[in-house]
Amino acid sequence: MVMKMENPDSEKNHIISALVEHKPGVLQRVAGLFTRRGFNIDSITVGESEIQGIARMTIIAQGDEKVLEQVTKQLNKLLDVIKVRDLEVENTVKRELCLIKVHAPTEKVRSEIIQYANIFRGSIIDVSSEALTIEITGDSDKINALTDLLKGFGIKELARTGPTAISRGGKTI
Amino acid sequence: MKGGQALIKSLIDKGADTVFGYPGGQLLPLYDMIYDSDLKHILVRHEQCAAHAADGYARASGKVGVCIATSGPGATNLVTGIATAYMDSSPVLSIAGQVPTHLIGNDAFQEVDMIGITMPITKHNFQVTDANDIPAIVNSSFDIALSGRPGPIVIDLPKDIQEQELEEYRNESVEIPGYKPTKKGHGLQIKRAAQTIIKSKKPVILAGGGVISAGASNELKKLSKLINAPVTTTLLGKSSFPEDNPVSMGMLGMHGRKVANLSVNESDCLIALGCRFSDRTTGKIDEFAPNAIIIHIDVDPAEIGKNVDVDIPIVGDAKIVLQSLIKLLKKDSTPLNTLKWIEHVKEFNKSCIPRISFENNLPLKPQQVMKELAQALDEETIMTTDVGQNQMWMAHFYNTQKPRTFISSGGLGTMGFGFPAAMGAKVAMPENDVVAVCGDGGFLMVCQDLATVKEYDIPVVVCVLDNRYLGMVAQWQKLFYNERMSHTHLGEVPDFVKLAESFGVRAERVEKVGETEKALKDALKSGEPTLIDIIIDPEEILPMVPPGCGLTEIVGEYKIEREIPGEIPYKQTKKAHEGGD
Ligand SMILES: Cc1ncc(C[n+]2csc(CCOP(=O)(O)OP(=O)(O)O)c2C)c(N)n1
Ligand SMILES: [Mg+2]
Repeated sequence: MVMKMENPDSEKNHIISALVEHKPGVLQRVAGLFTRRGFNIDSITVGESEIQGIARMTIIAQGDEKVLEQVTKQLNKLLDVIKVRDLEVENTVKRELCLIKVHAPTEKVRSEIIQYANIFRGSIIDVSSEALTIEITGDSDKINALTDLLKGFGIKELARTGPTAISRGGKTI
Repeated sequence: MKGGQALIKSLIDKGADTVFGYPGGQLLPLYDMIYDSDLKHILVRHEQCAAHAADGYARASGKVGVCIATSGPGATNLVTGIATAYMDSSPVLSIAGQVPTHLIGNDAFQEVDMIGITMPITKHNFQVTDANDIPAIVNSSFDIALSGRPGPIVIDLPKDIQEQELEEYRNESVEIPGYKPTKKGHGLQIKRAAQTIIKSKKPVILAGGGVISAGASNELKKLSKLINAPVTTTLLGKSSFPEDNPVSMGMLGMHGRKVANLSVNESDCLIALGCRFSDRTTGKIDEFAPNAIIIHIDVDPAEIGKNVDVDIPIVGDAKIVLQSLIKLLKKDSTPLNTLKWIEHVKEFNKSCIPRISFENNLPLKPQQVMKELAQALDEETIMTTDVGQNQMWMAHFYNTQKPRTFISSGGLGTMGFGFPAAMGAKVAMPENDVVAVCGDGGFLMVCQDLATVKEYDIPVVVCVLDNRYLGMVAQWQKLFYNERMSHTHLGEVPDFVKLAESFGVRAERVEKVGETEKALKDALKSGEPTLIDIIIDPEEILPMVPPGCGLTEIVGEYKIEREIPGEIPYKQTKKAHEGGD
């Protein structure tokens, strides 16, 4: 779920990974806490984790260290939150999924767009006489680059999941 | 067994002997079941008072206080009380009625999203969706409310769930993998703390509400004695340390005592116990305890480093950590270097005690009233205060000796808290005298509950400090807003004595020296709820640190120590006055 798409890769970005109980209201508790403590959320993704009944949340947020420390501690206090880690950006793999519906009224335009998609290892997942829909995954820079290129054709709709992340190597949070 | 009956049974099994509540449509099934049960229920006259009474009950006894209100407006009327309990870490359990599950989300009659509303002001909240979960939810609510850093819990209880038949009453708890409060402090940090303390020449202990909730008063006394450290407290820490002890410096902060503010400024080692360094305690943060190594012991890791940068953080229960710390200190035979300091503080402390008498002033000076309160009451008396000047006078001039004998809304500063909290405290501790000291403004916000103390014969004494002003706000207007008294005069009504009498409550007006003491003694002897309307001087101003200033910049302090009564040479300050009361 992307809440705000302001340059999700700016340097004061934090990638917070949290294991939470997969229960109604948890997302609200977590998101509310960020707002109350004055921390801007760029995106939150939530989905099942390796443990049954436990979801993993990936929160991309920006703000200063001190506020972040406070937010992390407050998150830890939520009873539904089991573990929280501020992942080190260098030691983290981060991927985002994006679906882009591009204006494509002619054969020529369509083949141009498909070429671009191929370069970015995107795939075409829907075609109609006026539009193409591309699916692309990658880090946010890659997605930004493709969307910038496609802007010239006219992007009719765009949906980004916001990044989800996991730390490199054998360590877990 | 039905859901409502399961709730009642679990409450009773958990030791909730009394609940404060107010019924309504969505609670009809539950109230019908209460009718046949052993649960003692006190019908308040406003739900906010139910929450404050539960809070007073909790703070006086250390047990969970329980309140009940119907869905919608009943539940929202609890909100101020829940927020008050949250800010002061008080274990209050609120049970709110809710529309039947099939109507939730439809904007049904008297539906509010109580879970959403109370998320930021509870330690946790539960919506019951299956009556079979009720015993586990109630059990867990009590455990969560009391453990770690205590705090309020809300249970949202839909109407149909109250009537749902349980398959089986299972006395279990909810499993919460994300909740394991740390009790024992980190050994290495405790060692570092001990070493720092041993090296220090001017240690000061700052005790907060956490000392009281952890039951660590004895350990606090031991530590102070062992290392010759004077003790100051936050507002909520008041009563954690006997204030007649010559090393007690009273309260610290914006409205703190001079000796406390100046000693913290001078200290080279500040041991902060179970407190959260609120802005009202620290004053300007950059100037707080500038010479001290700060040791912060708190059960809530999020409080450590939040407002003040801490040198030695220790997460843990104040009692358990202090026990380990004292053990370490006792083992070390290095001679201490603190005797000179403690002697100095004791002397300074004496010099800060008001040397003048207020007996000749009319109308009565609040200081005189405080003195008479102290003369009339014993150290077992539980005092509650409202918010405003009345609260600060109590904090300054009324000495407490035993834990849980001073109950006040600190973090939220909720006017209207004092009287219902006293009601709850008296229900919890019937053997203790309970006296509420309120402002005339704050008392009027909750005066309808005179009906409750009368109907249930709860013999609290309410002292209304009647200055006909929203005194604390008026004080700021006098000090910082050129005496432009915008909407702080309360006018001539009501007649508090007649008001109380119309509820059938004993009442008396006091105007002269000596009358307060007598009226109080009479009230306590009568064994009846009593209101004492004490006419005081609206001109009296407390010494204080203007907002945005460091703790040593006290204005109006001559007022404690002045030799000539009547003269008011307080200096105008030009500092910004953000963050009012
Ligand atoms: C519910 C609430 N409303 C407003 C305030 C702001 N406020 C703080 S102290 C105060 C004046 C209190 O007047 P009173 O109860 O007469 O007490 P006094 O200061 O005169 O002793 C006010 C209005 C508050 N703390 N709580
Ligand atoms: Mg007043």
